[in-house]
Amino acid sequence: MNSIQLRIWRGDDSSGQYHDYKTEVDDGMVVLDAVHKVQAEQAPDLAVRWNCKAGKCGSCSAEVNGMPRLMCMTRLNTLPTDAPITIEPIRAFPRVRDLVTDVSWNFRKKLTIKPFTPRKPDFPDGEFKMQQEDIERVQEHRKCIECFLCQNVCHVLRDHHKHDEFIGPRLLVYSAALELHPADTADRLKSLKDEHGAGYCNITKCCTVVCPEHIKITDNAIIPLKERIVDEYYDPLKVVLRVLGVRR
Amino acid sequence: MTDYQLHEHDVLVIGAGGAGLRAAIEASAMGVKVACVCKSLLGKAHTVMAEGGMAAALANVDDRDNWMVHFTDTMRGGQYLNNWRMAELHAKEAPARVRELEQWGAVFDRTKQGRILQRNFGGHRYPRLAHVGDRTGLEMIRTLQDHGIHRGIDFFMECTTIELLTDGGRVAGAVGYDRERGQFHAWLARAVVIATGGVGKAFKITSNSWEYTGDGQSLAYRVGADLMDMEFVQFHPTGMVWPPSVRGILVTEGVRGEGGRLLNNAGKRFMFDDIPDLYKNQVAKDVEEGWRYVIGDKNANRPPELLTRDHVARCINREVKEGRGSPHGGVFLDIAWIKGRQDANGKAIDSHYIERKLPSMYHQFKQLADIDITAVAMEVGPTTHYIMGGIKVDGDSQMSTTPGLFAAGEAAAGLHGANRLGGNSLSDLIVFGKRAGEYAAKFARDKGAVTLDQNQVQSAIRKALAPLERGASGENPYQVMYDLQATMQDLVGIVRVESEMARAIEEIAKLRKRAAGVGSGGDRTYNPGWHTCVDLENLLTVAESIARCAIERKESRGAQFREDYPAKDAEWGKYNLVTRRNADGSMKVEKAALTPMRDDLKKLVEEYK
Ligand SMILES: Cc1cc2nc3c(=O)[nH]c(=O)nc-3n(C[C@H](O)[C@H](O)[C@H](O)COP(=O)(O)OP(=O)(O)OC[C@H]3O[C@@H](n4cnc5c(N)ncnc54)[C@H](O)[C@@H]3O)c2cc1C
Ligand code: SF4
Ligand code: SF4
Ligand code: FES
Repeated sequence: MNSIQLRIWRGDDSSGQYHDYKTEVDDGMVVLDAVHKVQAEQAPDLAVRWNCKAGKCGSCSAEVNGMPRLMCMTRLNTLPTDAPITIEPIRAFPRVRDLVTDVSWNFRKKLTIKPFTPRKPDFPDGEFKMQQEDIERVQEHRKCIECFLCQNVCHVLRDHHKHDEFIGPRLLVYSAALELHPADTADRLKSLKDEHGAGYCNITKCCTVVCPEHIKITDNAIIPLKERIVDEYYDPLKVVLRVLGVRR
Repeated sequence: MTDYQLHEHDVLVIGAGGAGLRAAIEASAMGVKVACVCKSLLGKAHTVMAEGGMAAALANVDDRDNWMVHFTDTMRGGQYLNNWRMAELHAKEAPARVRELEQWGAVFDRTKQGRILQRNFGGHRYPRLAHVGDRTGLEMIRTLQDHGIHRGIDFFMECTTIELLTDGGRVAGAVGYDRERGQFHAWLARAVVIATGGVGKAFKITSNSWEYTGDGQSLAYRVGADLMDMEFVQFHPTGMVWPPSVRGILVTEGVRGEGGRLLNNAGKRFMFDDIPDLYKNQVAKDVEEGWRYVIGDKNANRPPELLTRDHVARCINREVKEGRGSPHGGVFLDIAWIKGRQDANGKAIDSHYIERKLPSMYHQFKQLADIDITAVAMEVGPTTHYIMGGIKVDGDSQMSTTPGLFAAGEAAAGLHGANRLGGNSLSDLIVFGKRAGEYAAKFARDKGAVTLDQNQVQSAIRKALAPLERGASGENPYQVMYDLQATMQDLVGIVRVESEMARAIEEIAKLRKRAAGVGSGGDRTYNPGWHTCVDLENLLTVAESIARCAIERKESRGAQFREDYPAKDAEWGKYNLVTRRNADGSMKVEKAALTPMRDDLKKLVEEYK
């Protein structure tokens, strides 16, 4: 047992400030444990989201010492102990209370993306014939736990607030998983270009750096989508064919 | 009078895990108006945490598999207390439900033929679990979520239902509050599906999250529905034991499915020492045969680590109690030993192979415990994982004993009997989620409208607001919850004795009094202290039911192990235990005779012994 200092942001959308808490911690504890300890012993109404405590649900996103992290996967012994540990809500979304933010925008935006639209199954029992190597990339993107840490760090959302024009890295990953699915037949390229703002991404890769699932968001999702868009809409031959009403 | 928002629907689904989402999708497909309410954000329910896979006799990997083998495996695992009709429907319908997920965009791991790959799991005769690495639950919930949001269902995220509404003898909806703003809501509905999951938070060491406070079971109980089999709580044999803060977090059975062996502190593979009679013909003779099974040799039997969970958990418990445990009070689970052996394709296994087969376990141990599982053994011990019991339902329709109230998934009882096989929960969710949604929609269509009783709404709201009125001067709700968890863990845990459980009942009565005086400072916006106050009554109800049923059942069977009655008793094999609310509010536990099994199914059980 040793004692640490937490500096937790508390407040709501209109105002708030940092509160300091001193608490005793055990070997191997993570930031979320320390927050829970404060909640149980000193501040029962301290608001924080969590579910799995194992990095699987993506509920406990916050900024720990300024770094976007899952609190349940951040060991206290990886942080300096000579200064208080600062814990703040993520910033790209409106604050509800303390560490909880209103992330409903992500759910609304997802609705605007065309859902999975399968071809006819290859086997009479309904299965598709797909080889493991053909789905590795899709599976990488489907690892996403919707923690929205990537949305939080993307400057297009965080600093420029383009929430109306840009769906952000998480939903680009979602779109890429659909576009790369071997059995999907829908075309999302036009909407990605026009409504979903794929062009806003300027490949800074900040999203990739923070992804707790280690999804190569920029290289494996966004860039392939951008390439497809370029192919489809800026390749002179394709443009002519499209004007003539001929599809690939 | 407190303000609240009123919503009107044909079907109200409470819960958005696999069962709730599947029910909502089905009800909506039947053309009725559906609401789906859940305590967390969409996609965060417990289902997201499932790792190993979902059981379905697809026969993609071993063509000897079929619904009959799956049925008999499930019944054997449940020690024949299962609702056999549910076990039959489950085995027959799971393959179509799994393939339907593929049609909705799920991307399962593949066989060489390009079909859905299946893996071994405890108690399943053949490789049967469709999976995606060790994140199968995520794949399921995301698939259902992404499909469900386009089906015209009204979702209410981060809303907690606190009481069911009734109209005459019938259920008429529910009252609740939204967690973000603390507004109250009433959902008026002609049929309600409860899919709220389990009760793990009644115990100290658990793989379950804060959501598992037994809400659905308690809400149903309070309107008079029967609960069944509540004594059967599954302690998963392998939870993490160190560091202390992650104690209880699950280590998937997939580790053993891939060949992981259990060792005591003398390095002995102790599971070979104690093979139960029901499985005598199905266990490997030695280490080599066990390994051949793991890599798919059809003539080999399973290693003893892949026996049912109740048995493995008790063996681990025994090793620890008798002083052969690991430094932090568990035993060793070793997957690193498979390095250098040959895999199914004759290739030598290396660290990378293990990392690829068990990616989230690899990361979980690396990040939380500084341990590289491809090099050293993990320390594991039993953790409260699942409740086989729950709301008693009709096998075909999933309707409870209260008209208009349906239940599916972990909140319902019947499919698993005295013990659940790994992988049979995820398939349960989609098979019976679909059925519950379908029958609830039919019920809503066939029966007339319901009327709202203002008094019921207001009294539920008053009850919920009481802890806020007591404010910070009331007792700390977290303390009451911890004390309950310690009581259940120590007195109604893996090894049970009458005297201890009787003490638990007394403790629960005292805790009830304390729960009536808990309070929380702060206001109604996202206030976890207040939420915990509201949850306490539900936790106490399920805890009491578990303890009372466990006392009543004077035998050891499946997940229930009684030190004072260590043997199985054929007489007790004829009954389920039902929990019901007396008119005066006290709790009654009653024996209910099993329905005799259909002859054709009986024959199957004999044939596959
Ligand atoms: C770590 C772990 C690993 C597992 N691995 C496997 C596996 O490999 N294979 C397998 O078959 N099973 C596995 N299981 C078991 C399985 O995951 C669960 O039993 C199953 O997911 C439960 O699903 P459900 O739909 O019944 O409930 P959940 O998915 O738990 O959903 C419950 C829903 O109800 C909501 N809810 C609860 N109370 C209320 C209320 N009062 N008001 C409103 N909403 C409410 C919750 O918010 C949630 O949305 C595992 C379990 C755990 C914990
Ligand atoms: S790479 Fe693109 S999406 Fe990712 S943070 Fe940078 S701008 Fe945003
Ligand atoms: S892509 Fe990664 S960072 Fe973004 S939401 Fe998904 S898991 Fe989180
Ligand atoms: S609590 Fe689930 S990711 Fe942290």
